[in-house]
Amino acid sequence: MSKVTKEQVLRSSGVNVLKCMRCGKCSATCPSYDEMEYHPHQFVYMVEKGDLEPLLNSDSIYKCLSCYACVERCPRGVEPAKVVEGIRNAVLRQSGMNHIKAENIPDMLDEDLPQQAIVSAFRKYKR
Amino acid sequence: MQRIGVFVCWCGSNIAATVDVEAVSEALKSEPGVVFSTNYQYMCSEAGQNMIKDAIKEHNLTGVVICSCSPRMHEATFRKTVQGAGINPYMVEIANIREQCSWIHKDKQTGTEKAIILGKAAIAKVHLNAPLTAGESPVVKRALVIGGGIAGIQTALDIAEAGFDVDIVETKPTIGGKMTQIDKTFPTLDCAACILTPKMVDCAQNEKIHIYSYSEVTAVKGFVGNFTVSIKKKARYVDTTKCTGCGVCTEKCPVKNVPNEFNLGMNNRRAIYIPFAQAVPKVATIDADYCNMLKNGKCGVCSKVCTAGAIDYKQQDEIIEEKYGAIVAATGFNPIKLDNFDEFAYSQSKDVITSLEFERLTNAAGPTSGQLLRPSDGKHPHTIVFVQCVGSRDTSGCGKPYCSKICCMYTAKHAMLTREKYPDTDVYVFYIDVRTPGKNFDEFYRRAVEDYNVHYIKGMVGKVAPRADGTLDVQASDLISNEQLHISADLVVLAAAIEPDKSARPLATMLTASMDTNDFFTEAHAKLRPVESPTAGVFLSGTCQGPKDIPETVSQASAAAAKVIGLLCKDKLTCNPCVAHSDEMLCNGCSSCEKVCPYGAITYSDKEFRMPDRTTAIRRVAAVNEAVCQGCGACTVACPSGAMDLKGFSNKQIMAEVDAICK
Repeated sequence: MSKVTKEQVLRSSGVNVLKCMRCGKCSATCPSYDEMEYHPHQFVYMVEKGDLEPLLNSDSIYKCLSCYACVERCPRGVEPAKVVEGIRNAVLRQSGMNHIKAENIPDMLDEDLPQQAIVSAFRKYKR
Repeated sequence: MQRIGVFVCWCGSNIAATVDVEAVSEALKSEPGVVFSTNYQYMCSEAGQNMIKDAIKEHNLTGVVICSCSPRMHEATFRKTVQGAGINPYMVEIANIREQCSWIHKDKQTGTEKAIILGKAAIAKVHLNAPLTAGESPVVKRALVIGGGIAGIQTALDIAEAGFDVDIVETKPTIGGKMTQIDKTFPTLDCAACILTPKMVDCAQNEKIHIYSYSEVTAVKGFVGNFTVSIKKKARYVDTTKCTGCGVCTEKCPVKNVPNEFNLGMNNRRAIYIPFAQAVPKVATIDADYCNMLKNGKCGVCSKVCTAGAIDYKQQDEIIEEKYGAIVAATGFNPIKLDNFDEFAYSQSKDVITSLEFERLTNAAGPTSGQLLRPSDGKHPHTIVFVQCVGSRDTSGCGKPYCSKICCMYTAKHAMLTREKYPDTDVYVFYIDVRTPGKNFDEFYRRAVEDYNVHYIKGMVGKVAPRADGTLDVQASDLISNEQLHISADLVVLAAAIEPDKSARPLATMLTASMDTNDFFTEAHAKLRPVESPTAGVFLSGTCQGPKDIPETVSQASAAAAKVIGLLCKDKLTCNPCVAHSDEMLCNGCSSCEKVCPYGAITYSDKEFRMPDRTTAIRRVAAVNEAVCQGCGACTVACPSGAMDLKGFSNKQIMAEVDAICK
């Protein structure tokens, strides 16, 4: 696995994590909170610190429903769900290809992977 | 030909670090007309000023160029300096080589080149300078305070104390403002009404103070020392000179379902009403939107029961005009509407309330006579959740980007008082930061935690969901224990952000006073002139300038009064001589200048002119009222025939500067 950098995650997510004022409203509003090892506010803070390994290796990236409640409620416009998606995409890209091909999607389907994750990845990488 | 002296200031290292001051004074020495050029560490110091005075005498200087900081800082200083040496003060030009050069450049060579160019431009301008003499204008010894809350009241009392007449214009039927709705005041917990109502009564009894209640400012004309203000006295359908405030009409009026704004709509009042017991002036007002007599001519009960004969259904709005020397804006604030924050269920549940509504629920004159009861079922709440920063510090577009400043303290007060009066109640406060930077403020907040066991939780509430059993599910984060909490609450209190009153924006337009993007009035200098607007003669009091609590509001109100008194003490004001004037021979009478003038300083009249062969002709020409003109220069740009020009900033002078820069 090549190393995923903080800059890579920031660029692919388009999020400025420095806007966060640590209010925790993202995690307060998250419907998947109890399922997640790392919570939305932790994603933002850990990416800011460059502490990516635990996030890359946690199944929290698949527990995020991509419901965007955190994005909707964040008073500072930080968009935590996009950070989660940035990490998730970084992991998906590790498989040695830059694009998801439609014909490969059925193989990727499993119980842990929320459908929205595939849809959002597919939307971003379709040609 | 002018004999010009050039003085280059180092400003310590502020200029000298980025600009080679020696090279600048040397280069400018060879400019036409320059007979003396030097540089010095601090030109504004006494030694520096003496250097200028000596050079003027020694070299018979007729014009002076100072290469230094912005003219905003020291133009007045240097004008006085040269005046002391016998030169007209308007023969000084400042080349701003600090703010517009050294502070914004890093490279010394570029900085030096630019400083020389700026110096050359100033020299080119001085060649065309002419001595100017400032006129004088009288000062009307009367002040206007717009807004009758605690800010306006304090300002008016202090101005009256100094012996000047002062009028308060208040849109509501009574003065007193937001403070009348507050129960207790932090950090000492005195009852708000007990400390406010004596001041309201003082206003009413003071011979120097006139209160225009239920009135609005509709137009402002004129300038510092000479404002003419139109005030609309809205029809209240009650003769205030006859009404005794007995209140019989407010008990007998058959229209009982009018939402009572004093209690934020949590109970009802009649169509004829007195806002509250200690209202000033204590006279009744008819609400025309609800009164049956005014709507369809059927009723007249209040008129029948009024023994004073004060009811007058025929009363009309009346506009009066009054002259003032100074105007104070004290328009105050309101909590924001919570439409953008549906996650807190404010519109879905009666038991989700704002902090101001909470004040009314704990106030003896409130809808529950001071008993803390749930609005939905009238039962005592046993678990209360306070949510901080609802719409404050919000850059998402839903709320306000600033901190509302007062919420941390009033929430601590609410939490503490609740625990004091109802010890069986669990009180939670969700906070992002607790901001208590005031005298005895942090101690107050810590008392809520340590002595009253209020549960302060670092985190935000994400969602409030009403449950079938009447409780509210509060879903929130506890960031310190890294948990998501679900609290079953009976009452949720939202600390809504505060915003300037909606009347502030149109008022700022009338006053030509500037505002920031949040509609707070801008001060003339954020640090050194905090109670003055950049518009001369307009002063700022209270929360119209920015969020503040009562102690800070009162301090600022007194400060504004001091500035007003300083102005009204003067018999005459020195005018700015850099004003527009029209060359009648060039004026074509098109009225373009009159249309663009924001101060109404330009008038047109027909004048007789001599023409060739002993004939005469009548021509329509512009004239500038120099006392009204503020020297903005809009007319000089609008004039198509080049007749309008600004003294001290003539078109020729500006072009000479441009030429010098482009050479």
